[in-house]
Amino acid sequence: MNTVFQQVDISHYIYLSTVLFSIGLFGVLFRRNAIVLLMCIELMLNSVNLLLTALSTYMGDAGGQLFVFFIMVVAAAEAAVGLAILVMVYRNTRNTTVNFLSNLKG
Amino acid sequence: MELILIPLISAALAYGAGHKLNRSLAFALSLIPGVVALLFGVHSIDVPWFSDDIRLALNPSGWGNLMLLLTNFLVPVIVLAGWREGEKFSLQVALTLFMQAALNGVFMAQDGLTFYIFWELALIPIYFLALLFSEGDRFAVTLKFFLYTFLGSLTMLASLMYLYSLTSVGDDGHHSFAYTALQAVELSTTEGFWVGLGLFLAFAVKIPLMPFHAWQSDTYTQAPAGATMLLSGIMLKMGLYGLFVWFIALAPESLHYELVPEWFDFRDLIMVMGLTGLLYGAFIAMRQSDAKRLIAFSSLSHVGLIAMAMLTLKSDGVNGAVLQMWVHGVNAVGLFLVVDLIERRLGHRDLDQMGGFAKSSPFFAATALVIVLGTVAVPLTNGFPGEFLMLKAVFNTGTGYCGVLAALTIIFCAVYMLRFFQLAFMGPEKGSLSTLEWNEKLALLIIGAAVLYTGVQPQIILDMIQSNTDSWLNAIAESGGILS
Amino acid sequence: MNLYILLALPLLGFTINGLFGKQLPKFVVGALASSLVFIPFVLALTLWSEVKDAAIVSQPFTFLQVGDLNIEFKLMLDRLSLIMTLIITGIGTLIHLYSMAYMADDAGYYKFFAYLNLFIFNMLILVLGANFMMLFFGWEGVGLCSYLLIGFWYHNPDFGYAARKAFVMNRIGDLGLLLGLFMIIQHFGSLDYQVVFSEIAKVSHPQWVYTSIAVLLFVGAMGKSAQIPLYTWLPDAMAGPTPVSALIHAATMVTAGVYLVVRSEVLYALAPMARDLILYVGLATSLLAAFIGLKQNDIKKVLAYSTVSQLGLMFIALGCGAYSAAMFHLATHAFFKALLFLGSGSVIHGMHHEQDFRKMGGLRKAMPLTYVTFLIGTLAISGFPFLSGFFSKDEILLHTFHHSPWVYGLSVFSAGLTGIYMFRMFFLTFHGNYRNDHYAFEKVHESPLLMTIPLMVLAVLSIAGGLLNLPHYLSHSNSEALAHWLEPLFVFGDAAVHVEPSTEWALLGVAVSVFVIAFFWMRQKYVVQGQVAENDDQMTGSAKLLAHKFYVDELYDSLFAKPLQALGAWTYRVLDRKGFVAFTDLMGKVTQWKGQTLARIQSGNIELYLIIMVLAAALMLGIELFA
Repeated sequence: MNTVFQQVDISHYIYLSTVLFSIGLFGVLFRRNAIVLLMCIELMLNSVNLLLTALSTYMGDAGGQLFVFFIMVVAAAEAAVGLAILVMVYRNTRNTTVNFLSNLKG
Repeated sequence: MELILIPLISAALAYGAGHKLNRSLAFALSLIPGVVALLFGVHSIDVPWFSDDIRLALNPSGWGNLMLLLTNFLVPVIVLAGWREGEKFSLQVALTLFMQAALNGVFMAQDGLTFYIFWELALIPIYFLALLFSEGDRFAVTLKFFLYTFLGSLTMLASLMYLYSLTSVGDDGHHSFAYTALQAVELSTTEGFWVGLGLFLAFAVKIPLMPFHAWQSDTYTQAPAGATMLLSGIMLKMGLYGLFVWFIALAPESLHYELVPEWFDFRDLIMVMGLTGLLYGAFIAMRQSDAKRLIAFSSLSHVGLIAMAMLTLKSDGVNGAVLQMWVHGVNAVGLFLVVDLIERRLGHRDLDQMGGFAKSSPFFAATALVIVLGTVAVPLTNGFPGEFLMLKAVFNTGTGYCGVLAALTIIFCAVYMLRFFQLAFMGPEKGSLSTLEWNEKLALLIIGAAVLYTGVQPQIILDMIQSNTDSWLNAIAESGGILS
Repeated sequence: MNLYILLALPLLGFTINGLFGKQLPKFVVGALASSLVFIPFVLALTLWSEVKDAAIVSQPFTFLQVGDLNIEFKLMLDRLSLIMTLIITGIGTLIHLYSMAYMADDAGYYKFFAYLNLFIFNMLILVLGANFMMLFFGWEGVGLCSYLLIGFWYHNPDFGYAARKAFVMNRIGDLGLLLGLFMIIQHFGSLDYQVVFSEIAKVSHPQWVYTSIAVLLFVGAMGKSAQIPLYTWLPDAMAGPTPVSALIHAATMVTAGVYLVVRSEVLYALAPMARDLILYVGLATSLLAAFIGLKQNDIKKVLAYSTVSQLGLMFIALGCGAYSAAMFHLATHAFFKALLFLGSGSVIHGMHHEQDFRKMGGLRKAMPLTYVTFLIGTLAISGFPFLSGFFSKDEILLHTFHHSPWVYGLSVFSAGLTGIYMFRMFFLTFHGNYRNDHYAFEKVHESPLLMTIPLMVLAVLSIAGGLLNLPHYLSHSNSEALAHWLEPLFVFGDAAVHVEPSTEWALLGVAVSVFVIAFFWMRQKYVVQGQVAENDDQMTGSAKLLAHKFYVDELYDSLFAKPLQALGAWTYRVLDRKGFVAFTDLMGKVTQWKGQTLARIQSGNIELYLIIMVLAAALMLGIELFA
C-alpha cells in the first residue's frame, strides 16, 4: 500500500528531522533566553516526532505513532509547567535570562 | 489481616476525631485488634501483590503469635499512659495505632518482601513521633536513628533479593519471595556469610547489639515516653524476632563461617557481641543518674543475654530467649512508664534530685517495685524463668566461662535496678508526687499483673512457642548441621 | 493434709495486710498476721506422727517444662523440713506477737506485718520445697523480704544502702547457687531432691563434678549465711527493726545455708574437698566475727557478729560431716539468739532507741524481766553447763576434736571469745552505773507484757533446748533424739565419733573452764573494776583494728565498689560518648563534609549543565555505536 508519504524517500525525512533536531540542540546550548530555550526543546521533541511518524509509516508499525502521542502529551505538560515557572521567575527577577538563575548552586 | 486493617482504620478515626479524642476512647480503639484476634482468631492471607512472585502473605504462627500478643497487649498500655493528653494527643495516638498495624504485619509476614515493607512501614510513625515530640536536639538525634536503622534495612533488602534470585523456579517460571522458598535455598558457607551478614546488620542495628548501639541511648532518652516505650518494648523485639526468623533460619550456614580459621566463627562473634553488650550496658547503668538513660542501658544489657541464648541453638536457651522477648517488652514499657510518671510530676528525671516517693504514693512504689523485681529476675516474677533458661543454656553449652560472665548479670542488674529504686522511692522525700490519674494507675496495674502472672505461670507462654522452637531447631540442623 | 495450706496462710496474711492493712485497726492487723503464722505451726505439729513414717509430698504443678527439663511446684514435708518449719513458725509466732508491741507506734505498722508474713511464706517455700528450684524461689524470696525489712525505715538513706548491700551480697551467693543448679541439671537431669540424690548415690560421676557442685552450692550458703567473704552485709542489716533482726537475721533466714548443706548431705559426703573448704571457711568466719564482736559497742552489732560467729560454728560442724550436730546448734541458736535479739529490742525500746551500751548500765533494776531473760540467753550462748548452747556447742567441739586437734583448739578459742564479748555486753548493759546523761534513768521502763512473754517462752526454750539432743553420757534412753530423728534421711549419715569416756569428760572440763574464765574475767573488768568500753578515739592498735572490723568494708569498697563505679563512669564518658557515639556522629560529619565538596559541581550555570548533558549523551551514543 503506497500512501502519499511513502512517495517521498525516507532519507528526506531523516535529513529534515536531523536538521531540526540540531537547530533545537544548538539553540538549547547557546541561547540564554528561557523562552527560546523552551521553544528549542519543543523543536527537538517535534523533530523526533517527525522521525517516529515517518519511520512508523514506512515500517507499517503503528507503535511509533503511539509514542508520538505520548511525547505530545509530555511536551504539552512540560510546556505548561515550564512556562508557569518562567512567569514566576519573570515576576521575581524581571528577567528571563537563564544565567541569573543560579540560586541553587551548591 | 484484621490485625492490620483495624488499627489502620482506628488510626484514621483517631486522627479524624482531633480534639474530641479522649483517653478512654483512644484506649478502646487500641484494644479492638487484640480483642478481635482473641475472639475470632487471626485470618491468614496469601494473595499476589506486586506480581505473582511478590505476594502479600500474612500468617501468624508460634513465635509470631507471641509477638502479636506482645504488640496488641502493649500498644493499649502505651496509649493508656504513654502519651500526655494535650494538643497533639490525637496525632500521637493515630501514629501509635499506625505503628500497631505495621508491627502486626512484621510479625505475620510470610513473604520476604511483605516483611521488608512492613519493617520499613514501622519506621515511619516512630520517625515522626520521635521527630515531632522529642526534646533537645531532636532533629539530629532522630535523623541518626533513622539513617542508622535504614542503612541496616538496605543490607537486609540486598540479602533478601540475592536469596530470591537463588530460589528454585516454579512451574510458572518465576522465582519466589515466599518464606519457605527463601529458607529452602542452599548456600555455601561463604555465600551464607555475606547473605547472613546483610540480614544480621539490619537486626543488630534495630535491637541494638553492642557496637551498633550508638543511636540507642540518645533516642531512648530524648524521645517522648510513648515513643521510647514503642521502641524498647516492641520495635526492639522486631530486631530479635528478625534475628531468629529472618536471619538464623534463612542463613544458618553463615553461623559457622570462620572469621579466624579453626577458632572463631560468626556465631562466636555474635555471642561475644551479646556478652560485651551485656557487661557494657550493666557497667554504664550502674553509674547513670538520668533515669531514662539508665533503663536504656539496662535494656542493652538484657538483649545481650537474649542474643547469646539464641545462639546456643539449644531448646532451653532458645525457648528462654523467646520467652524473654515477651518479658523484656513488658518490663521495659513498665520501667519507662515509671520514669515518665515521675518526670511528668517533677519536670526532670535526675535520680540525684528525687527520692522518697514511697511515702507520698505507696501504690506507685509497690507497682514500681514489682516491675523492678521483674527486671532483676527475682523468682516468681516474669524475669526469672527466661533468665534461668537462658543462663543455663549459655552455661551448659561448652563455654562455661562465657556462662559465668553472663550470669554476672544477676548481680549487676540487682545493683543498678535497686539503686534506681532506692534513689527514686526511698530516702528522704524530695518533691512529692501528686496522685496518679486513673489511666496511669490502670497501666501500672496491668503491667504489674503481667509481671507476676508470667512469673508464676511461664508455661503458658512456653506452650505457645515450644513447637515452633523445635521446628526451628530442626530446620537449622538440617541445613546447617550445627546442632551438636 | 494439703501442704499448700501451710504456705497459703502466711500469703493470705500478706495479701490482706498489704492491701487493706491501712484501713484495719492495728490490733486486727497484728493478730491476723500472728495467727496466720501460728496456725501453720499447729498444723505442722499435728503432722508429726505422719511425717515420722514417711515424707509427705504434695501434688505437683508444672512451673517450667522445656525439652527434658521439667521443673515443678512441689512441696515435701520430711523430718528435716518439719524441724525447720517448726522453728520458723514457732519462733515466727513469738516474734510476731512481740512486734505487735514493739512496732505499735510505727506508721508502717501494717506494712511491717505484711512483710513479715511474706517472709514466713518464702521461708516455708525454702524449707518445704521438694526440689532445688523451690529452694531457690524461697532463697531469693527471703532475700527480697530481708531487703524490704532492712530498708523498712527507708527515709534514712543509710538504711536503704544497708538493704541494698544485703541484697547484692546475697545475689553474689545466689550466682553460685544458680550455677550449682545448672550443673545439677546438666549432670543429673533434674532438680528434684529425690531424683538428684538417688542419682548421685547410684551413678558415679567424676570427682570434680561433685566437688564443683558442692562448692557452688556452698557459695550460695556463704551469701545467705554470712560466711567469709560475704558476711559484711549481716552486721549492716541491723538497720532493720529489731524483731526483723531476731527473726530473719538470727533465727531463720541466715540458717538457710546450713539447711541447704544438710539437705544435700549425699553430695557433700562425696565431696570431701568441699567439706574441707566449708570447715575452714566456717572456722575462719567464726574466729573473725568473734574477734570483731569483742570491740563493738552497739548492742545489736555485737549480736550480729555473734550470729556470724555461731553460723561459722555450724559450718564447722558441717565441714566435719556432723549434720545433726549442725542442726542441733541451728535449733538452739534459734532459741537463744532470738531471745537475745528480742531482749536487746526490749532494752532499745526501754531506752528510747538508744543502742550504744556505753550509754547504758545498771538496767537490771529498771527492767527485771528483760534482765533475767537476757541473762539466760547470755548463759546459753556462752555455754553455761546444761543450758541448750552448752550441749549443742559441745557436740560440735567433740566432732572437731575428732577431726584434728588444732581445729578443736581454734573452735574452743572461738567459743571462749563468745563468752567474753557476750558478758562484756551483758555487764555493761545491765550492771554498773547508769551512764546516759541525755535520758533520765527514771524514764527507762520495762517493756509491756506482749514483749516480755515471748522473751520468757524463749528463755524456757533456751534452757531446755538441750533436751532435743541430749548426749548419751547423760541419758541412755533418750539420748541424741534429734540425731536419731534425722538419721533415716541421710544416705551416708553423720561422721562417726568414738572417743574414750575419759576424753569426753576432759573435753567437757575444757568447755566449762573456758566459760568460767570468760565469765569471771569480764565480771572482774566491768563489774568489780567498773571499767567502761573506751571511745573510738581512745583506741589504738589491735583494739582499733577490731573496732573497725578489720577494715574489711573499706577493703571491699576500694577493691570492688569503687573500681566498678569508676569503670562504669569511664565506660560511659569515654568509651560510649567519645567512642561509639562520637564515631557514629563522625560518620555523619564525614558524609556532610564530602557532600559539601561535591556540591561545588552544582555551579548554577545552566548552560554548563546542558553542555555536559549533551556531551554525555553523545558519549553514550558513541559508545553504543562504535564500541
